[in-house]
Amino acid sequence: MIIDYIGAKSVNGPLIMLDNIEGASYEEVVYIRFEDGTARQGRVVSINGKSVVIQVFEGTRSISLTNTQTRFTGHPLELSLSKEILGRTFNGTGKPIDLLGEVYPKIKRNINGASINPVSRVYPQNYINTGISSIDVLATLIRGQKLPIFSGSGMKHNELAVQIVKQAKISEENKENFAIVFAAMGVKKDVADYFRRSFEESGTLGRVVMFLNLSNDPIIERTITPRCALTAAEYLAFDLNMHILVIMTDMTSYAEALREFSSSKGEIPGRKGFPGYLYSDLASLYERAGMIKGKSGSVTQIPILTMPNDDITHPVPDLTGYITEGQIILDRSLEGKGCCPPVSILPSLSRLMKDGIGEGYTRKDHTALANQLFASYAKVIDIISLASVIGEDELSSTDKKYLEFGKLFDSQFIGQGFDENRSIEQSLDLGWRLLSILPRNALDRVDDEFLEQYYQKSDNKLKL
Amino acid sequence: MGNMDLIYGINGPVITVKNTKTFSIMEMVYVGNARLVGEVIGINEQFTTIQVYEETTGLKPNEPVEGTGGPLKVTLGPGIIDNIFDGIERPLKAIAVQSGAFIERGAMVQSLNEDRLFDVSVLAQKGQWLEAGEVYAQCPETSIIFHKFMVPPSLSGEVIEAFKDGKYKVNDVVVVIKDRLGKTHHLTLCQKWPIRTPRPILEHLPATIPLITGQRVLDTLFPIAKGGTAAVPGGFGAGKTMTQHQLAKWCDADIIVYVGCGERGNEMSQVLSEFSELIDPKSGKPMTDRTILIANTSNMPVAAREASIYTGITLAEYYRDMGYHVAMMADSTSRWAEALREISGRLEEMPAEEGFPAYLPSRLSEFYERAGRVKTLGGQQGSITVIGAVSPQGADFSESVTQNTKRFTRCFWALDKSLAYARHYPAVNWMISYSEYFTDLDAWFIENLGDEFIKYRQNIITLLHEEDKLMEIVKLIGLDVLPDDQKLVIEIARVIRLGFLQQNAFHKDDTFVSLEKQKQMMRVILHLYEKAKNLVAIAIPISCIEKLGIFEKLIKMKYDISNDKLELFDDYIKEIDSALSSLAEQG
Repeated sequence: MIIDYIGAKSVNGPLIMLDNIEGASYEEVVYIRFEDGTARQGRVVSINGKSVVIQVFEGTRSISLTNTQTRFTGHPLELSLSKEILGRTFNGTGKPIDLLGEVYPKIKRNINGASINPVSRVYPQNYINTGISSIDVLATLIRGQKLPIFSGSGMKHNELAVQIVKQAKISEENKENFAIVFAAMGVKKDVADYFRRSFEESGTLGRVVMFLNLSNDPIIERTITPRCALTAAEYLAFDLNMHILVIMTDMTSYAEALREFSSSKGEIPGRKGFPGYLYSDLASLYERAGMIKGKSGSVTQIPILTMPNDDITHPVPDLTGYITEGQIILDRSLEGKGCCPPVSILPSLSRLMKDGIGEGYTRKDHTALANQLFASYAKVIDIISLASVIGEDELSSTDKKYLEFGKLFDSQFIGQGFDENRSIEQSLDLGWRLLSILPRNALDRVDDEFLEQYYQKSDNKLKL
Repeated sequence: MGNMDLIYGINGPVITVKNTKTFSIMEMVYVGNARLVGEVIGINEQFTTIQVYEETTGLKPNEPVEGTGGPLKVTLGPGIIDNIFDGIERPLKAIAVQSGAFIERGAMVQSLNEDRLFDVSVLAQKGQWLEAGEVYAQCPETSIIFHKFMVPPSLSGEVIEAFKDGKYKVNDVVVVIKDRLGKTHHLTLCQKWPIRTPRPILEHLPATIPLITGQRVLDTLFPIAKGGTAAVPGGFGAGKTMTQHQLAKWCDADIIVYVGCGERGNEMSQVLSEFSELIDPKSGKPMTDRTILIANTSNMPVAAREASIYTGITLAEYYRDMGYHVAMMADSTSRWAEALREISGRLEEMPAEEGFPAYLPSRLSEFYERAGRVKTLGGQQGSITVIGAVSPQGADFSESVTQNTKRFTRCFWALDKSLAYARHYPAVNWMISYSEYFTDLDAWFIENLGDEFIKYRQNIITLLHEEDKLMEIVKLIGLDVLPDDQKLVIEIARVIRLGFLQQNAFHKDDTFVSLEKQKQMMRVILHLYEKAKNLVAIAIPISCIEKLGIFEKLIKMKYDISNDKLELFDDYIKEIDSALSSLAEQG
């Protein structure tokens, strides 16, 4: 028997409270109908005996205590899935908004997913060639990894994400098997359009599933959006055995939506007003990347987040960094110098890289080269700060070599531009040519074997 | 069995039952029709509050809550080693068989494989009086570990029946005893123990034996004792997990309990695949034969994350009681503290610092106090070393979990972001890290490695501190203006940093280094310093010494001298002598 409950007991922010409800279940989906026939979706977020708190996705505006009828569906929020979702566009709660009608569901899945059993995971080891030197050589992206881009407002993170999508080798190998799931949370309309246009240009639009919650869309929907996207990604990867690249932007807006929801529920806030469970909540999203034994598909995540005031200790980048397997950090001063993509290499890191590079994956010298580049570049930073005190002229000749190395590294290695696609060999060789600017005995992280082979004599050196 | 009542309210992982006097605090309960595991965490006149260890989606009011009559317990018996459990000791492999790649709720699996047969030899004899903790039988559990079956701590009595040696399953009775009151008890191959209660011991022993880790910066500069406690704080990317993995692989404990508490799923699968391939250097057997894994990844239920630390230490205590040296790695205790905070928030408790509950320090100290080297009830010596990673928010060591952990641990291995950025691993910052075990362990070091080890160590520390002071000056005026003797200190400190402190976990020789090799390396470096100092004293410019390439050679000696060719160090000494003396003659 289906019962419609009329009216509400109280309305508070995005929440409404109902009384005298029998048999509501936790996290159950409800439909709230208005007298004019329109309906909104909501979800049970707290139960106390017969009183139930419901979170309304589309917001509570114009709800009064008498004008609604609420119907309980008995099941948690589910997403309709079939192969037909490829190429479609949905809103933040998984309803089609591209005027192509409903998706005929082959299967329905709870958007909260379930955690992957650690013993069923395959340790990711296949690298994805992105064609970007700074990422391929120094923070290698691995299939099944979650590697976020930490950026700031006004920086070129979207361009970087698009470049990765365009150049990622997985898209060329077996095109049939590759798809992109794109989740936009609280981004501007222009940004969503930019991504759509870029997908179109690279000819992948038919293989993209888009979930759009733009900055003027209801905030509560935003807390659902990434879950819908990841449910779609898991279905494509583990039911249809495809390789899925999930791009989620912007995680900061997501976390802020969560904060708004939490404070309207009256929860005790943690750092900067974010709820105490922000870590667990973010983890429930990021941990949905990976590979599973016995399935050939994979979910690779590239979440993008803008650090408020470029502050990496802000709770959102901080907690994200603790969950994800590394991070790519963009640097405003590099972008100012015109070095794009502006990847700040020292704090950037890929945790899965160590087992996915080297002989059999990229090239034997990769690990040593990467370590040496990091060490030498760290030294450049020290010398620049020294030079700013005592002046460049007072530096020793070795230190001056370091400065030259640093400048060329920024302009050649990092600043390859958004259109150049480099093979891994090209990137590694460029790394060696740059290191050859330094005296040979300054390269203490590499074995002589590699130095013999790759250290360049003076004739082939790069010049400023 | 058990008491029943009905769910009243649901809020995330916390549910309430109204107007009941049925349950006791800390009692384990089954919640709802799906029978999710939960634990009673609060009782007042009106409500009983229960934290649920699984996802609560779909629960309804008026579904049943069933009590079990006792606190959350783990099953202790053979088959624990070489296994991987979730936070409440459910074997993940068995869950995968039952429900596939994704963990389903309400999975009912036994902690230990009840069908596996063990080759048990029964040691107790009829008529013998068995005290608590005494061993009554044993069996080989893995290729390295002998499992000893001990009388549960609260029990003692006369053996009235002892079964023959043979193959038994975990629930089979092997010995029957009669206690002082004349009550008979059937002893099987397993026993249960509540995770939040420390297992009793006879007495604590002083921490006088080092836990050898094979990591130079730890063994030499900041050693930890068997039975000691250490905190490894570091921001993300500083190498906490790598350090923990290195310790789990190479430290000389008999058994490793590795608790992945709120960390990454892929990391656990890495541990699983890597450890099954690695060979334990001591026994020549697979590393998994001495490892227990507890995995509660960050997306698994938060309440079970809180329990996972206790589950881990209880398993560690059980093996300690058999007389083993156990090392427990907890990665990361901050996630555990956050789980406490999350639950505390749902209970609407008054928060203290940064939203953490006021009882955070007492919970931390309770946990770390379960470490120690002890004499067990059975008269054996065993130890638990606890190494807890701490993930401070924003890499700020002044936050409350780091500060409170610092109070209750005796080693502090601070991982430094700037070292990690320069890919200097292990990124242990030698200026702010410390170990309180120096004096306790000195006797052992002198006995086993001679007086020199301690002397060398002191010299190395002095040089590093001197360098730190000099670098302040260099930052202001540059290196060139320093006098040569100070330049030499900086150069030698560079050799120490790159050649000694930095260690390559991926190099076959460098990943684990014996104490003897550590000592020899220090000896050669300090020898070079002494000799070079003499040259500088007679006004030979340091640039001439640098040209010899001897500094670079020493930096690479960790790779050039393999672990079984320690006699080569003498050649280095000779080379230093001849190179520097020829320089002196020229000069």
